[in-house]
Amino acid sequence: MTDAISSLPTQLPPARRRAIPPDVAAARVRRRYASERTFKALGFGALALTAVFLVALLTSIIVKSLPAFSEHRAVLSVLVDAAIVDADGKRNADAIRAADYASLTRAAITAVIPGIEGRTARKALNGLLSSGAADDLRDRVIANPSIIGTTIKTPMLFSDDVDLYLKGDTGRHTAALGAAELTPSDVKGDITLTAANQSFAALIADLEREGVANDAEAGAHVLDGRIPSRVVYINGGAVKVVKATANTLAGPVLLPLSSVTPAQAGSWNLTTYVQPESRRRISDQEIVFIDKIRSAGAIERGFNWRFFTSGDSREPELAGIRGALIGTALTLFVTLILCLPIGVLAAIYLEEFAPKNWLTDIIEVNINNLAAVPSIVFGLLGLAVFLNYFNLPRSAPLVGGLVLALLVLPTIIISARAAIKAVPPSIREAAIGLGASQQQAVFHHVLPLAMPGIMTGTIIGMAHALGETAPLLMIGMVAFIVDVPTSISDAATVLPVQIYLWSDLPEAAFQQRTAAAIVVLLGFLFAMNGAAIWLRNKFERRW
Amino acid sequence: MENSTVDLSAIERVEAARTAHLTAGAKPAKVLAHDVNVYYGDKHALQAVNVEIPDRGVMAFIGPSGCGKSTFLRCINRMNDTIASCRVTGKITIDDQDIYDRSLDVVQLRARVGMVFQKPNPFPKSIYDNVAYGPRIHGLTANKAELDEVVQSSLEKAALWNEVKDRLQDSGTGLSGGQQQRLCIARAIAVNPDIILMDEPCSALDPIATAKVETLIDELRSNFCIIIVTHSMQQAARVSQRTAFFHLGTLVEEDSTKTIFSNPKDQRTQDYITGRFG
Repeated sequence: MTDAISSLPTQLPPARRRAIPPDVAAARVRRRYASERTFKALGFGALALTAVFLVALLTSIIVKSLPAFSEHRAVLSVLVDAAIVDADGKRNADAIRAADYASLTRAAITAVIPGIEGRTARKALNGLLSSGAADDLRDRVIANPSIIGTTIKTPMLFSDDVDLYLKGDTGRHTAALGAAELTPSDVKGDITLTAANQSFAALIADLEREGVANDAEAGAHVLDGRIPSRVVYINGGAVKVVKATANTLAGPVLLPLSSVTPAQAGSWNLTTYVQPESRRRISDQEIVFIDKIRSAGAIERGFNWRFFTSGDSREPELAGIRGALIGTALTLFVTLILCLPIGVLAAIYLEEFAPKNWLTDIIEVNINNLAAVPSIVFGLLGLAVFLNYFNLPRSAPLVGGLVLALLVLPTIIISARAAIKAVPPSIREAAIGLGASQQQAVFHHVLPLAMPGIMTGTIIGMAHALGETAPLLMIGMVAFIVDVPTSISDAATVLPVQIYLWSDLPEAAFQQRTAAAIVVLLGFLFAMNGAAIWLRNKFERRW
Repeated sequence: MENSTVDLSAIERVEAARTAHLTAGAKPAKVLAHDVNVYYGDKHALQAVNVEIPDRGVMAFIGPSGCGKSTFLRCINRMNDTIASCRVTGKITIDDQDIYDRSLDVVQLRARVGMVFQKPNPFPKSIYDNVAYGPRIHGLTANKAELDEVVQSSLEKAALWNEVKDRLQDSGTGLSGGQQQRLCIARAIAVNPDIILMDEPCSALDPIATAKVETLIDELRSNFCIIIVTHSMQQAARVSQRTAFFHLGTLVEEDSTKTIFSNPKDQRTQDYITGRFG
């Protein structure tokens, strides 16, 4: 061989290399290293920046969502009054269901704080409990009618505002023990508290600093909802301070006093609630009530199962994601059973059977284009075709699934084609060389080997569909739906749309629930992507 | 074409050799190619190939890379059909049956003409399933016992049985390269073909595995018509009885292996076997 090569007529020309001075060469090497270092630093910087943003985002969402996973309940003794629940004594299920359970819960909470008079105060007291408390009691009685006529201890859900107050720092306050003897004028109504020796000079000074001037007409400093509230706790009751002079405090009684006996120095206190009343969702009256219930040891905090077991609600404390989860499951089910077979068959046809001509080229280009079409366009298509033309039910997972299937199909076709293409041709040749038909070669050998790739693509496509909102808005899956859907033709909503709906609501509790729903959605997305990665690693083959 | 005259002379020689062959009372050819041209799109890859390949023996195709020997091999079981741009003209017969005839089922053809590829390509399934795949798709066996028998005899013929009999359910891709190639041969044998095409079957193997495969080919030639494409002239000399030399898409010379390597008629053959090019 060697002589054959040397005898070749065309010899390579002798290498002509310019001599490079050593210092130039060294500078070149230095420059090369410097540029490599710069690139590495930039790459690391980009990665670090992304990580910081990601961590910040996740932390913010998770921290915001945490309160939504717990709820506060008042554990109260309630008399299941047979006269109200079962007036005719026949244990008639319909009668039991239709009874006025709200009056029972009202009676229960009134029993904890007796002596409340006045419509406003009563309303405030009753308003502490969620409307769901009565429904829970109803469910309990229906489940176990034998408790009718007995007194039971049952947890009653607080309203969202109370819940937030108990979770948050709305009730942040400072308490100053009374330094002098204080004499109330009465135990209820609007009363005056009198002390001697300019005892409230410090308070007056504070008020002046907060911008409250002496009101000449009232002859006192008048406190309103724009400055921190002051409440005097005295003789087992509470008085809200509305007017203050150096020696007197006057205002309505929030919690009845036990007596008008002068309170000794140190036995009463002046509490300042830092957040002004006008800037919180909960009044001084309610705070006093809640603190009273708390001091009675009747408040418990528990995991918010309701969030996962109930549908949407106008009341944040009753709202849950069950309806949205089931709606999502039904929608994705429709999507999956449509687009997996269609997508895989289309991919097999295009990759293995379709003649390579201008028509298949156009189809291929358009599938790639379709993957880039804004999702809302698919929603419009669904609205025009599925709803208007085929008259399919509005807001239904069936239509949502159809629309999402259109959306996901290109993704699945593209990934399935890539997976099929990745199967080495030698496997195909081996099968065909043995006399297998093209179809046998594909279904016996290529498809099983491509399946992990196809599954990965499908899962990622489904995760894409899971997070999709825009097209579903167009087909009416954005409605307020309380009932948990039971079939693909029921009105339903999906998790991302539920998040969108809640994020629009003003209640702070809904903001937390929004974050909690996002956490659940992200959990599903991570789980699906994790499954995709697991599948890929488990079945990955090296050729 | 600057060498069209040479082409003609080559064809004449082949025709003459064939006539001589027939008159000598030998068996008629198993495979007969007449004026076979292959085009890949506009490229004329194989030009006017005429050859006859006898039954029960080994025919080697040698030649430099890109000379068309693999292309011609793949015409014999119509594997070129899978290449969209490929077009074949001319006539190839096996047992006097035109394999490019419209009435011929290409699946049946490939069952009769097995193929072993350059790179061992066992299915990523068990050894048993690799061998059993052909009989299964062609329905050659009636029951499990028969299938077991076919698998065993095929593996025995491929000289692999003793190495794998205790691990038939292990993956075929877990075998060594040489074992994989013998598994591929067993897989081809299992459908009981008349002809086995081998496209550089040893190019991906080490010398010891190569030697085993060559021994195997030598054993198989008493039962099959084997056509082997090889880059190694030593291998062609060792395993084949007849050799065809391809160059630039033409069949330059075809004769008994002994003649080709000792006394070739064409200057190009002479140059190639002495290593002047290629």
